[in-house]
Amino acid sequence: MGMTMTQKILAAHAGKECVKGGEYIEAKLDLVLGNDVTSPVAVKEFYKAGCDCVFNKEKIALVMDHFTPNKDIKAAEQTKTVRDFAGKYKIKNYFDVGEMGVEHALLPEKGLVTAGDLVIGADSHTCTYGALGAFSTGVGSTDMAAGMAYGKSWFKVPTAIKFNLTGKLGKWATGKDVILTIIGKIGVDGALYKSMEFAGEGVKSLSIDDRFTICNMAIEAGAKNGIFPVDDITLSYLKEHGDKEPKIYAADEDAEYDEVIDVDLSKIEPTVAFPHLPSNTKRFGEFEGVKIDQVVIGSCTNGRYSDFAQAAEIMKGKKVAPGVRVLIIPATQKIYLDMIESGLTKIFIEAGCAVSTPTCGPCLGGHMGILAKGERCVATTNRNFVGRMGHPESEVYLASPYVAAASAITGRISHPDEVM
Amino acid sequence: MKITGRIIKFGDNVDTDVIIPARYLNTSDPKELAAHCMEDIDITFASRVQKGDIIAAGANFGCGSSREHAPIAIKASGVACVIAKSFARIFFRNSVNIGLPVVEFDGELNEGDSVEIDFTNGTVKNLTTGEGGNISPYPEFLSKLIDSGNLLTHFAKENK
Ligand code: SF4
Repeated sequence: MGMTMTQKILAAHAGKECVKGGEYIEAKLDLVLGNDVTSPVAVKEFYKAGCDCVFNKEKIALVMDHFTPNKDIKAAEQTKTVRDFAGKYKIKNYFDVGEMGVEHALLPEKGLVTAGDLVIGADSHTCTYGALGAFSTGVGSTDMAAGMAYGKSWFKVPTAIKFNLTGKLGKWATGKDVILTIIGKIGVDGALYKSMEFAGEGVKSLSIDDRFTICNMAIEAGAKNGIFPVDDITLSYLKEHGDKEPKIYAADEDAEYDEVIDVDLSKIEPTVAFPHLPSNTKRFGEFEGVKIDQVVIGSCTNGRYSDFAQAAEIMKGKKVAPGVRVLIIPATQKIYLDMIESGLTKIFIEAGCAVSTPTCGPCLGGHMGILAKGERCVATTNRNFVGRMGHPESEVYLASPYVAAASAITGRISHPDEVM
Repeated sequence: MKITGRIIKFGDNVDTDVIIPARYLNTSDPKELAAHCMEDIDITFASRVQKGDIIAAGANFGCGSSREHAPIAIKASGVACVIAKSFARIFFRNSVNIGLPVVEFDGELNEGDSVEIDFTNGTVKNLTTGEGGNISPYPEFLSKLIDSGNLLTHFAKENK
C-alpha cells in the first residue's frame, strides 16, 4: 500500500521506509516555533526539566506577535522571559518588535520553511506551511520545549482526506472562500486527527497566498495538517525566499485515503462564516442586512500583500461607512513597507481606515480593536468562537479581504458586487 | 488508578477560547487562569467547580488554539478528569503533557451524576444511574509517556 504525501515526509524524518496511518513514531524536526503566549510556558518547562542546551540554535523560531507591542505589564513580562531565553541560548531566529510579523506569514517570508520540512509550532495555525509542501502542525508548550531541547517529537501518523480540486476560481472568489466552503461542508471536526491533502489539476490555478490561506485553516476542520503538492508556483516562491534546499515528496499513486472529496473551484462563491463556528457558513443570498461595527483585515490567514491589494481594489477612492471602524494590519514589516511603497497604505488611510504595525492583536481578542457587548465584526481572520475578539456577546464573521472591504464601505456584510 | 467525581456537563465543540479566553493569556499562572476557566461559556463554573469534579463533554472537546493554558486552567480549577466523545488533537497532547487525565467515552453522562472511572480496568461506572461502559486503554506509546511524566522527562530518560 502506498503512502500519502504527509506519511512520506513523516517516514523520512522517522528514518523509516514506510509508515502506516495510526502508527506512533518519533521524528526529527527541522524547525520548532513558538510565540509570546506559548513560549513562556515552554521556557518554564524547559528549565523545570533541567535542560541546559537547545538542539540547534538555528532551528528554533521565537516570534513575539500576539500581545506585542506589549499590551500591558503582564504581557511585557511574558515577552521578557522569551527574550532572555533567546539571548541566553543565542537563538538566531528571535523576532521582536521592529522586525517581527505574524509568525505564519513571517516564517515563509524569511525562508525558514521549505518543501519537505517537518515543523512543529506551539501555535495551532502552524499548519499554514503545508502550502509549501512541508508537514507542519501545531503542538503545545511542553511539546515545544521538548522539541527545543531534543530536536524531535512524537506523532500519530495520520490518515488523509484527499480534496480533488478542479476548475478555476471565478471573480471575487479566493482561497478563503475555498476553505470556508470546505469547512462548511465537513464541519469543525470533519478532518479530526487527519491530513487534508489537496490535489488535482485545480491546484495550479491557486496562488501561493491562496494555498497559505487554505492550509492555515485546516486546523479549523480539526485536521493535523493541510498540504499542497509542490509545483512551479511553490518552487518559484521558495527560490525568492531563503536558500533552504527544497525536498519534494509526492503521494504514491496507490496511496489510500479515508475519503476523496471533489471541489470544483469554478463553483466557489464569496462565503461568510457566521458566529460562532467557522463551519457555520452562508453564501450571499442566504442572509441579508447584517450591520457591522468593525472590520479587521489582517492575520496569518489573510494579512499578506495580495490580501491588501484585493481590499484596496475595492476601497480605492471610497469612504468607510460612518460608524464603522476599519483596521488594516499588515502581517509583516515587509508587507507593511511594500504597501507604503505601492500606495496601498494611502488608499486605506484616505478611505478612513486605521493602519497598524504587525500584530495578532484583535484576531485573538488580545488588544488593538476589541469588541464591546453586542458589536459585530467582519474579519479576514480564522476563528469566530464565542468571545474571540472581545466581549462574549460580540460577534465575528469570517470572510475574504474582498468581502471585508466591501462591508467596510456599506456598513453591512456585503458582496463585492454591491460596491463595484 | 480510579477517579470518582461529580459530573459538570458541557456540549460539543467546546473550544480553547471559552476554556480560557485569550484576554487572560498575558499570564501563565495556573491560579489566575483557573479563576477564568470556562467563563465565556459558563460564568458560574469557577465558583461552583469542586476539587475532584469531572468534566463530561461531547465531540471535539478543546478545539481551536494550541494554548497549553487550557488544560492547565482546567487542572488548576480542581477538575480530576475530562471525559468526552472525542478530543481535538492538540488539546489531547497538551493534557497528557501536563498530567490532566483525558478519556474518550461514548456513553451519556448527566450534570451532577456521580461517576467512577477505572483506568486500570478501562471502565466507566455511573454510580447515580447504575449504567456504565468501557473506555479503550491508552496505546502503549502514550502509556509510557504518561508514566514518564511528560514528553520532556520521557526524552530525558531515553537520552540517559
Ligand atoms: S493572527 Fe490570529 S490566528 Fe494567526 S497566529 Fe495570530 S492570533 Fe493566531
